Amino acid sequence: MTSREDILTRVREKVGRNVDDTALARGDMEAWLNTRRQGPRPPAAGDLLARFREKSEALSTSIDIVAEWSTVPSAVARYLAERSLAKTAVGWPLLTGHDWAAAGIAFEGRGARDADRIGITGAFCAIAETGTLVLLSGHDTPASVSLLPETHVAVVAASRIVMGMEEAWNLLRAKGGALPRAVNFVSGPSRTGDIEQTIVLGAHGPYQVHVIVVTGA
Amino acid sequence: MQIRSMFFKANAAAALANPVLQGNMRTSKGKFVDKRRTAIADFSAEGGDFEALRDAAAELRDRVLKDLDLWLEKFEAAATASGATVLWAKDGDEICRHVVDIARRHSVRKAVKSKSMLSEEAGLNQALEASGIKPVETDLGEYILQINNNEPPSHIIAPVVHKSLDEVADLFEKTHRTPRKTEIPELTREAREVLRSHFLDADMGISGGNFLVAETGSVALVTNEGNGRMVTTLPRVHVVVTGIEKVVPTMEDLSLLLRLLIRSATGQHISNYVSLLTGVKRPDEHDGPEHLYFILVDNGRADLVASEFQDMLRCIRCGACMNHCPVYQTIGGHAYGWVYPGPMGSVLTPLYQGLNKAIDLPQAATLCNQCGVVCPVKIPLPELLRKLREKQVEKNLRPWFERIALKGWAWVASKPKLYALGTWFGVRYLNWLAGADDRIRVLGVAPEWTLGRDFPAPEGKTFRELYAARKR
Repeated sequence: MTSREDILTRVREKVGRNVDDTALARGDMEAWLNTRRQGPRPPAAGDLLARFREKSEALSTSIDIVAEWSTVPSAVARYLAERSLAKTAVGWPLLTGHDWAAAGIAFEGRGARDADRIGITGAFCAIAETGTLVLLSGHDTPASVSLLPETHVAVVAASRIVMGMEEAWNLLRAKGGALPRAVNFVSGPSRTGDIEQTIVLGAHGPYQVHVIVVTGA
Repeated sequence: MQIRSMFFKANAAAALANPVLQGNMRTSKGKFVDKRRTAIADFSAEGGDFEALRDAAAELRDRVLKDLDLWLEKFEAAATASGATVLWAKDGDEICRHVVDIARRHSVRKAVKSKSMLSEEAGLNQALEASGIKPVETDLGEYILQINNNEPPSHIIAPVVHKSLDEVADLFEKTHRTPRKTEIPELTREAREVLRSHFLDADMGISGGNFLVAETGSVALVTNEGNGRMVTTLPRVHVVVTGIEKVVPTMEDLSLLLRLLIRSATGQHISNYVSLLTGVKRPDEHDGPEHLYFILVDNGRADLVASEFQDMLRCIRCGACMNHCPVYQTIGGHAYGWVYPGPMGSVLTPLYQGLNKAIDLPQAATLCNQCGVVCPVKIPLPELLRKLREKQVEKNLRPWFERIALKGWAWVASKPKLYALGTWFGVRYLNWLAGADDRIRVLGVAPEWTLGRDFPAPEGKTFRELYAARKR
């Protein structure tokens, strides 16, 4: 007997599985899968953008709010200048079409490498409840860009800020097709508290996360 | 991992007598408790109902366990359809065989690991090394332990909670041959630099799995450091090693459990990275593994299904029980002698490794129920510990002197006159010990009992004497 059969056979015996109740149990399972019942959640009160901002800042994410996409490159340039960071960035190929050069940013749309210092991404959506960015991996949206560089700059439309994780799942299902390889929920710069439970920012991922919210998009 | 729980008493005594450990335990004491309390208060302030969340989570976990066979098949089908390979392992040895086979198939020389308690159960690092494959732990805490001669973790989410900054600084100086760092951010940076090169040239990533989502065939990983993302994004091969009880039906169910797990574990509202990973790198994708394997592990879990200990399978490995346990907080995690310490470990170790190998663990509790009160999935830990004590008695596993003493007591208790005489002497003996005081400083027959506390002196007479006097 294979280990698979051995384990499943023992579990079946334990739960008292028999032919009659299998169909019934499968019916219950399908019902549960289709209902997608949500657990108890905090109510969605107040302005989502304000909440997203408050929660993000609590996680040491900095927030900038701009009116339209055309001003994003200059907003990124401003942020990099404030932090005395070089204006050379790797970014999602999806964002290549924007006029980065006009803002003095050398933008390369590709997956990130170890030497890259600034990574610029968009976001599938963002979550107000926890100040979280939702990033989907893909050809035009490589996951490494939000991971390897020390600084992660993300651009998200205000209209894509949703209350909770559940709304993100709904958007993902509405998008259709197979799930992307990775759905990454990113909440602030990477951190560790392993030594004496003292929180240090910048463990293996970015040291700083800057989010630019575009209200007119 | 080789079990050492049979030496619990000696190890606990050594832990109590170790001034460095005691100092470190004092430094960390209460931090997780405070953070969790604040997180739950914040949640309530936002209008959330944490108790309702606990009820819903316990119900959800029971729902899955009731049909675990079918949910596992569902997960397996979805994961396979997404391009992953699903393997099964009965025990730790089989985990090791699978991982070594996979490594050989893909010519792996180096494997980077994200924290996995199951790999500790299996002793996976040792097995990989023996096969010429270099395992590198990448969670900062686990890395510190690995470079300290593969020291076992003392906590399931904070593996080096027993170590001080100074000890880590010494270890880094010795291992990395760099000037000694004295600040935590500098040490963290040094580890980042050392581990970054491993992430970049590893061929295989090994992770645990916080949850498996049956609906989509995905694994959900929760980390703060980002090492979980590195391990599952950069290497060519990703192996997930996880227990069969980790399956949940939908992404909504995952969200429910994450709200509880994270607040209970670290007191955060959300961990920095939550990743839902499904299938392999797409044809046009820049990063991601080309091969994804799931190893679904029994190692004692299947036998708990539908047993009187099934409640334990609801466990989501948050560590809140040990953070709130007066015994764990005093002796630390190593004394428990196997992978899982604290109250959840005192239940799991005897069940997975055998009651006879962990004879003192069910006794290593005051049954104060702090663990039961904070458990996010409402596992009645004290009740399970008491059941294990009953099992020990039923199987005649208690020490001979305890059995004889209890038999003797039972014999005397069934002879009312003799019992009355015994208590008459007993109460006078205790009063004599107390002298003029109202408490006993040193209990004559069991002096250890009064090492750290006094024993209250009894009233001058036995209950029977007082009762008889009142009747008159």
